[in-house]
Amino acid sequence: MPAKAAFFDVDGTLVRTNIVHVYAYYATNRGSLRGIAGRTLGTALGLPVFGILDAVNRKAFNEFFYRYYAGLSEDRLVTIAEDMFEDVLKPALYEQTQDLIDEARRAGCRIVLVTGALDFTMRPLARHLGCDDVIANKMQFVGGKATGKVIPPIIEGANKANAIRAYCEREGLALNQCHGYSDSASDYAMLAVVGRPTAVNPDLRLRSLARAYNWPILDLK
Amino acid sequence: MRPLKTLQKLYDEESQVVITEKGSPPRALFYGEGFLQEDLPVGTRVIFPRPPLEGVPNVKAAIRWAINHPEGMDPLHALLRPGMRLTCVIDDISVPLPPMVTPDVRQSILEVVLELCADSGVDDVHLVIANALHRRMTEGEMKRMVGEKIFDAYYPDRYYNHDAEDPDGMTELERTSHNEVVAVNRRVAESDLIVYVNINFVPMNGGHKSMGTGVTNYASLRHHHNPKTIRESDSYMEPKASALYTKNSRIGTVIDNTLKVFHIETTLNNRMFGAPTDFLAKKEEDYTEADRLKFQALRFTLSKLPRAAARKVLNAIPAPYDVTGVFAGATEPTHAKTLEQSWKQYVVPVEGQSDIVIFPIPFVSPYSVNSVLNPLLVQVMGLGYFYNLNRGVPLVKKGGVLILLHPAYDEFDPVQHPSYIEFFHRLLPETRDSMKLEHKYEKEFAENPSYVHLYRKGNAYHGVHPFYMWYWGENGRQHVGKVIVAGAENNHVPALLGWDRTDTLSEAIEEARGFMGRSASISLLRIAPTVMVDVK
Repeated sequence: MPAKAAFFDVDGTLVRTNIVHVYAYYATNRGSLRGIAGRTLGTALGLPVFGILDAVNRKAFNEFFYRYYAGLSEDRLVTIAEDMFEDVLKPALYEQTQDLIDEARRAGCRIVLVTGALDFTMRPLARHLGCDDVIANKMQFVGGKATGKVIPPIIEGANKANAIRAYCEREGLALNQCHGYSDSASDYAMLAVVGRPTAVNPDLRLRSLARAYNWPILDLK
Repeated sequence: MRPLKTLQKLYDEESQVVITEKGSPPRALFYGEGFLQEDLPVGTRVIFPRPPLEGVPNVKAAIRWAINHPEGMDPLHALLRPGMRLTCVIDDISVPLPPMVTPDVRQSILEVVLELCADSGVDDVHLVIANALHRRMTEGEMKRMVGEKIFDAYYPDRYYNHDAEDPDGMTELERTSHNEVVAVNRRVAESDLIVYVNINFVPMNGGHKSMGTGVTNYASLRHHHNPKTIRESDSYMEPKASALYTKNSRIGTVIDNTLKVFHIETTLNNRMFGAPTDFLAKKEEDYTEADRLKFQALRFTLSKLPRAAARKVLNAIPAPYDVTGVFAGATEPTHAKTLEQSWKQYVVPVEGQSDIVIFPIPFVSPYSVNSVLNPLLVQVMGLGYFYNLNRGVPLVKKGGVLILLHPAYDEFDPVQHPSYIEFFHRLLPETRDSMKLEHKYEKEFAENPSYVHLYRKGNAYHGVHPFYMWYWGENGRQHVGKVIVAGAENNHVPALLGWDRTDTLSEAIEEARGFMGRSASISLLRIAPTVMVDVK
């Protein structure tokens, strides 16, 4: 049993995509032609709103965003997740992502993805990369249909740090020996809670934070 | 009338040693990316480098002669068979300092060897840079080192950096009699013949160290890159006084018994500065008016430039070294010849140790080429390399004072030295004890996946490298009573390193005299170019 773990954010850290791409895939792969057209158009029109919300408040962004899943069946969501991984996530993986995961594994770390995306969308990716666990948001289902609400607490910002701390306590891992990887300053709490934080392809704010705190900076290709 | 003893002190027989008198000129001293001009107290012994030895008249002819008349092995052409697998292992950018004017001698050697290979039907040839846990060389640096023609033909598939962290790229040979791991780059280990292309910049380069450290990994290096070995070494520069050399020899002997290695070693002279800056290698007594003007202009310009720009300017000046010897063949007899030539260039005999020794620290070190001389590297230059530029007897007395001239700025290169930053700011505030650092933190840094990634995919030194830098200063730390960094521009860097600081060299000498007594003897090692002392 490894005594430490490496926690990886996904969007922008391991893959070039972000959560909007994932939803766009769902939007274009459901129901009738008319439905597809309508949702695609809706998503396209909503992109500026998503962008603003994402920048201003990641939590609000996630809550707003997940409403779009309402009414879809669980089976359907899982099936589309497999296709979505092949079509969207796999081609968007950075070439060096697998190396980074393997290096963490060789250092004796358990590999855990920590993401604001929904758990079923991340499972094929986790399987592909050889991850041990996924800490992600869980959609609420009633009668096999998604309600569009996420079971709280939503995994984002400071909650990622709480989730990591809880995970380490539960699994008997030494938090100060654990590694954290993220691209965004919104994950500052997640990086600050582990003993060995690393900024990966960081945004400007995180880059300056990483410089200030002497965290290593990786530029994945 | 002065007593005879005093007269002897003032008139040293060795022409490279000057005793400062009342009318002596001020000294031009390296101070990081700048220069200081300082008057030294009367009686200070200034030790200058030897003038450059004459280079061989035709480098390629010397290379051909050496590989046709090798020591303890058949000539290279007799070892080549059509269809064989051959790997040239090449010293990395850490030597020489500064990088030499092109063509680099490595290029000259490769041009001869690769032509011979082609003539002998040897097509499966790889060129591997023996960077060990040093940073990967950049594409531009690799091209400069071997020349455009070889680069275009071999890069990137057959000309590349060694990767000590490649899980499939290493193989372990039999262990030594002391159970030390002997790990070697897989391509190298699976070759029918290895040609090691060396530059001997100081006597600690070359010999068994070439293969034993150049193409190995952390598991093997940790047997000798540790504080215990360093404490057991009286000098890194003389094989018989160096436990580091002894351990490398044990590992190298296993390599020689398992693999066929043909060494080509080269020695360079002391011509570190070309025409515009050649006055820097002179004694100030020999300066012409033009030299004085040039020095003032250089000092003024560098002092007005932003530090990064000054660094850029200084790094852009290559050294016009001449090749003074080429030796080839089996490891030990070849290296013995190299050492002999190396001593001839570098060693200056001096009478007795000094209470106070001054080391001006220049802008470049083996680990800061095209980068920053961060505080840990300043430390390794002073207490590691310069302190060890001797044959077993240091220039400074036990318990004496070392004065380093450097601004000691708190600057690190996050691309090349990411793990240095954590080492300096997280570990040193906790402890400066090498044994404790090794025991508590070395493995963690060595295995940190972020540092491993930066070493493998970026141009960063391995995560464990700052530990080695700290261990390298271990002998100096154990030996001296006090280190003062004169001209340090802040308090916290000297404090973290355990040093005193002063604003000027005069203040540093005053403080050192306060520590050692008013009659304390003072020596200044006027480096660079390279100079070593033989203390009698």
